[in-house]
Amino acid sequence: MSPAPTAGVPAPDGGSPVHDGAEHPEGGGGRRDPGGRRRARWSWAFGLRTRLTLAFLLVAAVSAGTTAALTYREARSALLQTAQDTAVSSFRDEVRQTGFPMPLQAEGIEGVLRDIARKGRPHPWVAFAEYGSIRASSGTSPVSGVITPQLRRAARANPHGSFQRVVKDGVPYLTIAMPTVFPTGPEGVLPTGLVLYAVMRMTDEQINVEALLTAARDGALPGLVVALLPGLLAARSVLRPVRELRRAARSMGSGRLDTRIQVRGGDELADLARTFNESAEQLEHSVRELRQAEARARRFASDVSHELRTPLAGMLAVTEVLDEDAGRLDPDTARAVRLISSETGKLAGLVEDLMEISRFDARAAELNTDELDAAEAVRKTLENRHWTDGRVRTELPEGIRVRLDPRRFDVVVANLVGNALRHGGTPVTVRLRRGTGSDGVPLLVTEVADNGPGIRPEALPHIFDRFYKADAARTRSEGSGLGLAITLENVRLHRGTVRAGNRPEGGAVFTVEIPLHTEGDGR
Amino acid sequence: MPRVLLIEDDPAVREGVELGLRRRGHDVRSAATGEAGLEALSEFRPDLLLLDLMLPGMNGVQVCRRVRENSQLPIIMLTARGDDFDMIVGLEAGADDYIVKPARPEVLEARIRAVLRRIEPTDTERPATRVHGDLTIDRAALTVTKAGRRLALAPSELKLLLHLSAAPEQVFSRQQLLEHVWEHSYHADARLVDACVRRLRNKIEDDSGTPRYVQTLRGFGYRFGPL
Repeated sequence: MSPAPTAGVPAPDGGSPVHDGAEHPEGGGGRRDPGGRRRARWSWAFGLRTRLTLAFLLVAAVSAGTTAALTYREARSALLQTAQDTAVSSFRDEVRQTGFPMPLQAEGIEGVLRDIARKGRPHPWVAFAEYGSIRASSGTSPVSGVITPQLRRAARANPHGSFQRVVKDGVPYLTIAMPTVFPTGPEGVLPTGLVLYAVMRMTDEQINVEALLTAARDGALPGLVVALLPGLLAARSVLRPVRELRRAARSMGSGRLDTRIQVRGGDELADLARTFNESAEQLEHSVRELRQAEARARRFASDVSHELRTPLAGMLAVTEVLDEDAGRLDPDTARAVRLISSETGKLAGLVEDLMEISRFDARAAELNTDELDAAEAVRKTLENRHWTDGRVRTELPEGIRVRLDPRRFDVVVANLVGNALRHGGTPVTVRLRRGTGSDGVPLLVTEVADNGPGIRPEALPHIFDRFYKADAARTRSEGSGLGLAITLENVRLHRGTVRAGNRPEGGAVFTVEIPLHTEGDGR
Repeated sequence: MPRVLLIEDDPAVREGVELGLRRRGHDVRSAATGEAGLEALSEFRPDLLLLDLMLPGMNGVQVCRRVRENSQLPIIMLTARGDDFDMIVGLEAGADDYIVKPARPEVLEARIRAVLRRIEPTDTERPATRVHGDLTIDRAALTVTKAGRRLALAPSELKLLLHLSAAPEQVFSRQQLLEHVWEHSYHADARLVDACVRRLRNKIEDDSGTPRYVQTLRGFGYRFGPL
């Protein structure tokens, strides 16, 4: 905003406009700072759509504001410059053309000043003259209240004239100081001591500048509103793939590994979708391979036990012959024969358990339910195993009718009681009662407790694992090592639960909970 | 001692079972195929047929049907646990009982005895012949006639009917029937009972869909009558 020099005259230092705080047209720039940091902090709390739209609006606001501010500044300075230049050069011409008789007399000077004042361009001005102690003007007051001491100093220092823009009481003025000079040579001049001032109201320019400001603001604000639309569109175009990705990831998580995303276009989001698809494909492939390997392993176990069954059937049929005749053989042979006989029996049990487990693995295990009395079922299990000699105590309330698979329930109770007799301490207690599940389903609760040392805490999580030995020192127990695993599977088949724990008073306790009605009513 | 015909294709099982049963005093004849077994049937005249279900060529179920066409010979199937479908089909074809392989000789023996026992006459104190509607049941002669026509009942069917009709209108649970008619354990497969009831109804009922004689009580079991 340096004042342009008057034609052919270097710009005077004192000609710099005086800013007194009233002129701050570039209000737009100041809005950026206070809002920016707060928005950054809030952005974490907002969704992606809000953040994208806000970012878009921010960019639009900054560019609109900057454009408006620059346009305003250029237009304003061009407008003011023109008025200034015109005023300064015409005032200089008027002063040069007017002859002042020196030394100046106070009388008659006002007429001359009024003459100059009439020729004010582009607006009328009021002319003042100061010479020594003489003060005169074309107006009513001989001294102007607008002319500043700076301008007076500048006028004395610069014989070519100075100007200053002053705002007083909200009215902008252009004040021009023009000293009169004697020419002393082709280039040299000498001040006469008479300085003429012109004071011109710049109201029209002010109105024009304000109009410019309004125009800039009115242009920027609709621009911002219009910018909202592409902002929302951009957010949408980003968010749609993100939404699809989220849906696909959730679908994958729920086990549908064949989930794929449709890849659109070639942008970064399309790359992301493509990467997702590739990863999903690899995952699906790996899982398929794992499942196939698992199925092969299960089929192998099932095949092995099937193949073992036929030779075992032959061997088991003759164990009795071996046992009977062993007495007539020499002692070593007899021991060998008895060993073969007893181990054949165990092997048959193991193979039977293996086949049972592989049927569960192949999901070929069927539930053949029947309605029966729970107490009677438990009693029969104990009777069939000859566990009626006081080693097993029972608390069997009568009248609990339950629908379950009798053979499988027999296996569950027999395995748990057998396990308690082998590893726990007698007496073993079998307790039946009614219960209610968390979902309100009536349950049959079967508890098998022993008086042994209990189960070590580190063994508890593995107690239902296949071939898990709770006691590392015992390399081979009487059971197959599959008893509790088969128990777990049988209970699960009934949609029930089984858990192992230790009683506060000592000893292990196994609790089986089976819905009273595993299947609909009767058949 | 009972004469047992064993039809089993696996030589080791055949020899083992033969050895085990012979040791227990049975007169055993064995055949490797269904065809050979059927041939031996007329000549050997066994008291009981021990029949493997998985046979090459003519399978066990087909052999069972062929035998039932003209004979009420007691038949025990040899089956494997898990081959449920075969077991049910075998029972529908007319087998009286089944044994899960591999089995100890004492199990074989017990099952054979149980099947044979059911056609021995029961107590003689009660009147031997009773009439229930169209059915006439002679407990001494072990014959059942319907409207004067003699019915051909397999041993298990006959034993079941005798057991149920001995206490008309009394409900027997399937577990009780397993224990008393088949001498199985309480927890054995009750489908054995259901299959036998179906076969019995087909022979004695006018309409097996709405049975008069052997009635079902859902959730409890079966009973004879009321007529």
